[in-house]
Amino acid sequence: MRAYKVFAIKDGTVIDHIPNGKGLRLIAALKLNDMNTVLTMGTHFTSKRLGRKDIVKIEHKELSPSEVNQVCLFAPTATINIIREHKVVKKFTVAVPPVFTELVICPNSRCITNHERTPSTFYPLADGERLRLRCHYCEKIFSHEEVSLR
Amino acid sequence: MPTGFTGRDIISIKELNKKEILLVLNQAEKLKRAPEPELLKGCVMGSCFFEPSTRTRLSFETAMQRLGGSVIGFADPGVSSATKGETLYDSIRIIGQYADVITMRHPLDGAARRAAEATEKPIINGGDGANQHPTQTLLDLFTIRECQKRLTNLSIAMVGDLKYGRTVHSLAQALIHFQPTFYFVAPDFLQMPDHLLEQLREAGIKYSLKKTIEEVVNKVDILYLTRIQKERFSDISEYEKAKNLYVLDVPLLAKAKPNLRVLHPLPRVNELSPAVDSTPYAYYFEQAANGLYVRQALLGLVLGKL
Repeated sequence: MRAYKVFAIKDGTVIDHIPNGKGLRLIAALKLNDMNTVLTMGTHFTSKRLGRKDIVKIEHKELSPSEVNQVCLFAPTATINIIREHKVVKKFTVAVPPVFTELVICPNSRCITNHERTPSTFYPLADGERLRLRCHYCEKIFSHEEVSLR
Repeated sequence: MPTGFTGRDIISIKELNKKEILLVLNQAEKLKRAPEPELLKGCVMGSCFFEPSTRTRLSFETAMQRLGGSVIGFADPGVSSATKGETLYDSIRIIGQYADVITMRHPLDGAARRAAEATEKPIINGGDGANQHPTQTLLDLFTIRECQKRLTNLSIAMVGDLKYGRTVHSLAQALIHFQPTFYFVAPDFLQMPDHLLEQLREAGIKYSLKKTIEEVVNKVDILYLTRIQKERFSDISEYEKAKNLYVLDVPLLAKAKPNLRVLHPLPRVNELSPAVDSTPYAYYFEQAANGLYVRQALLGLVLGKL
């Protein structure tokens, strides 16, 4: 039997409770592959809360709040653990921010933001479990699965 | 007493509450009754039409001139710096240094909001792509109130392209303040979008989806027709199926209530027979004329003169 499914890290960030199968998308969205650091991802882990979940561990990198906002778009159930010297020093759940600035690409090809350089601005609309986003400029509403990140 | 309109951008009808909508309509009514030829003397309006529009542009420009103000601008993007690759942001920032207020139309959704970020001067949106056209909605509300003597508890049918038509979307949203009963007459593939129906349900507004004008003509106070807009269809076969589905002619109005009035944002193509023009139900030319007073009211309000 293996001692660990995924090795513990000494310093960095552990993103737990990522919805099953969203781990790779999260890595791409946060551009974690571009960081010169060790990255570990586990998928289909058993979870009491979610049934199945993904986990991502990033060594020597503590996520900033704006990066946490990005996580929220794809993994609203995610929990963030900041690790220092093998200890969890901060633990927080992802919160929906009041606004997403310069993160989301508007899927509306006729939106001004896709035609001249404009800082994209999206407002989240709370609607039970569903997270929807309204473009500040074209006013169209999209489900979070429809949008992509810059 | 401050109106809350001075220096304000008019970008989306959703940003005006019931009290503000009524204030605009009341000011427009006053200006219709008693013209104010000196009200905006010395003020300059920038009329920036990045997309051609005869009715809206001429109505804004006449509104400004009849209030004593003057107009600069362009009617065709071909003569603006946009053809040299200048961004909308830069164009508006510069024009904002010359004009006291800017009215604009642009083919892209969200352009008016972007323009408002480029200048401190108020922007009045005369249509941004398929998104918003708040002055059309206000003139529609003004006309409905004028011909029915009230805005509340009316039965209103909207007919035609309800899927792509920004006019009917904005009007339906604005009417939420006035407890209407809606009948949406369209084939399934051109019906009101779900998100809008959801908004109506949340607001407790009664509506039903219908396939023919015959089913509703004896029930309604307002029959709001729209053109099937060829340019909004990505699938041309859908356009061909839809273009002649609804044609309002005099015999169709046989069972209409005496107070029924037919509205249409114009231009019309086949959906509204010219024979209807001479019936007492026709009110679409008055509707177009009312655009002048509503735009005068908005210009006066955002410039702090009303």
